[in-house]
Amino acid sequence: MEWIQQLVNGVSLGSIYALIALGYTMVYGIIKLINFAHGDVFMLGAFIGFYAIVRWDMHFILALLLAMLLCAIIGVVIERVAYKRLRNSTRIAALITAIGISLLIEYTVIFFRGASPEAYPNVVPNKTFEIFGAQIGVQSILILGISVVLMILLQFIVHKTKIGKAMRAVSHDADAARLMGINVDNTISATFAIGSALAGAAGVIFGIYYTRIEPLMGVLPGLKAFVAAVLGGIGIIPGAMVGGLVLGVVETIVSALGYSLWRDAAAFVILILILILRPAGIFGKNTREKV
Amino acid sequence: MEYSKMKKYGSMFLTSALLAGVLAGCGSDDSSDSDKDSKDGGSTASGETIKIGGNLELSGAVASYGSSINDGAKLAIEEINAAGGIGGKQIEYIAVDNKSDNAEAATAAIRLAEQEKVVAMLAPATSGNSVATVQVANQYKVPIVTASGTAESVTVNEKGEVNEYAFRTCFIDPFQGIVAANFATQDLKAKKVAIYADNSSDYAKGLAASFKKQIEENGGEVVIEEAYVAKDMDFKSTLTNIKSANPDFVFIPGYYEEVGLIVKQAREIGLNAPLMGADGWDSPTLVDLAGGDALNNTFITNHYSAADPDPKIQDFVAAFEAEYSSQPNAFHALGYDTVYFLKDAIERAGDEVTGETIQKALAETKDLSLITGTFTVDEKHNPVKSATVLEFVDGKQDFKTKVNP
Repeated sequence: MEWIQQLVNGVSLGSIYALIALGYTMVYGIIKLINFAHGDVFMLGAFIGFYAIVRWDMHFILALLLAMLLCAIIGVVIERVAYKRLRNSTRIAALITAIGISLLIEYTVIFFRGASPEAYPNVVPNKTFEIFGAQIGVQSILILGISVVLMILLQFIVHKTKIGKAMRAVSHDADAARLMGINVDNTISATFAIGSALAGAAGVIFGIYYTRIEPLMGVLPGLKAFVAAVLGGIGIIPGAMVGGLVLGVVETIVSALGYSLWRDAAAFVILILILILRPAGIFGKNTREKV
Repeated sequence: MEYSKMKKYGSMFLTSALLAGVLAGCGSDDSSDSDKDSKDGGSTASGETIKIGGNLELSGAVASYGSSINDGAKLAIEEINAAGGIGGKQIEYIAVDNKSDNAEAATAAIRLAEQEKVVAMLAPATSGNSVATVQVANQYKVPIVTASGTAESVTVNEKGEVNEYAFRTCFIDPFQGIVAANFATQDLKAKKVAIYADNSSDYAKGLAASFKKQIEENGGEVVIEEAYVAKDMDFKSTLTNIKSANPDFVFIPGYYEEVGLIVKQAREIGLNAPLMGADGWDSPTLVDLAGGDALNNTFITNHYSAADPDPKIQDFVAAFEAEYSSQPNAFHALGYDTVYFLKDAIERAGDEVTGETIQKALAETKDLSLITGTFTVDEKHNPVKSATVLEFVDGKQDFKTKVNP
């Protein structure tokens, strides 16, 4: 029954990747920008949650909501300050700015609190129970539950609400959407807010599940989530979810086969393979570049 | 305009830097002069004191190690001086901050040997910084003793020759692996063991290798060997593998940042075998990360334990608490021992106390009983002494046993 255990391990890891990947993919879908600062918003979410629980004695659900709210605001500020004015410049300029913002956030946090790691308090009872011989922790189920709820919520927002409709319209053709009377700036801000809120939630969940948080914790999960987004087809929301889960399970399988030192490499080999074999990703359609 | 502005700021910066340098120079000169005056008391010539240098990390990345050693050393020197010094001569201790930096450590060593003319010095706390001072020690013929540089390369150079003037008071890395293996097979009666090592650190790899060798010599079997790298977060898949190999003991050499998570995740997937590590586990952060419950049934090897019932150790703990009102850690104990280690050698060095005579005496140290064990220096200038095994009980380190080499 070892493989059930490994599957649970993989899905727990994958759902965190999926939550971060959603933000990447939404932003890319709407302004074609790979927001490398996204992993650092995830880190900020983890720290906001940590201070909310430890310093202000908040319940962890409240802390999760607070982290989502503050991360949404941070996401909008980043967009307004750094990316908005670059909207009509080259893509590479925006990309480099995104890397700059990423470093700025990381080292601002280090400046104010140092680089030492912090241990998340044990807010969820760490009980395990056995299903088919596999030990499954309450925390794993909680992560999975919160991730699924947030993803369903996101699907609802994108497909059933007015702002979701606007987002889809802007993503399809920003100029046409503007002509139809859609406020493109606000729609882009809303996209950043939702994406960053998901990253903030992922940060808190990550803290609870893995305990150790530190200022540079967003770098590797951020890159992995980027791989997940590309794997699923960047710009496509269900693609990010599936891509995240697949990546988590693949990494776990690589470790389970005894190649644990190759695990990080496996993620990036997937990136290379997908870019060579199917650049549009699992869910992507091959569209011709419009001339 | 931009240029002139820059020039202006540039010159201002330079001037202030110069000024700061001059002032700092004055400051330190003043203080060291007054230090000497007060200690020499005017009546005795400078030849009447024995000068020992301390080249330690008092600031920078590993400042906590260096300052702990410094505190321990100062306590020992106060005790010796209060009891009349060594052969009637008082010890004069000169501590220099090497800022946790290799180059600064070498400079500090030269300063101590050349300007302060010390007869011996405490080498830096970390192996890397200590290695940087070895050449100075050999050149000026001033013995250096590192309290906590555990890498073999401090006392033995890359050709395998002994660095004549380098010594240490801690045991070396591979020794902890041997102790852990003996503890596993003898005390815990383990037969099937697993190794899960940090593949990105030489320290952990060295421990894993010596542990494996000793386990096989003791008749045990390594059923599975896995590795991780520093900064990993998810260990569950590998731990699940280890669990399915069904070991009755898991050795995890590494540092507390990852080990904390490993211990927590191991217990979560139901890997309940005893886990063991070495001094890299020794940090309060470990308990925060893993949680006290998960840490039950885990062990570490360390240099010393404040909970050791040995009266000699309890006396030291009491003296330390009286002086600094906190419990001494392993670095405090090693710093304290380093001074007594030197004292013993200086006493045996004869009438002429020089770097050369002390070096000879240090190399001949035998059965010297100190806080962190009974010292006999071997041909590679490493002390042969016991290690302490500690057990975590609800997040607290309990003294378990002492294992002799």
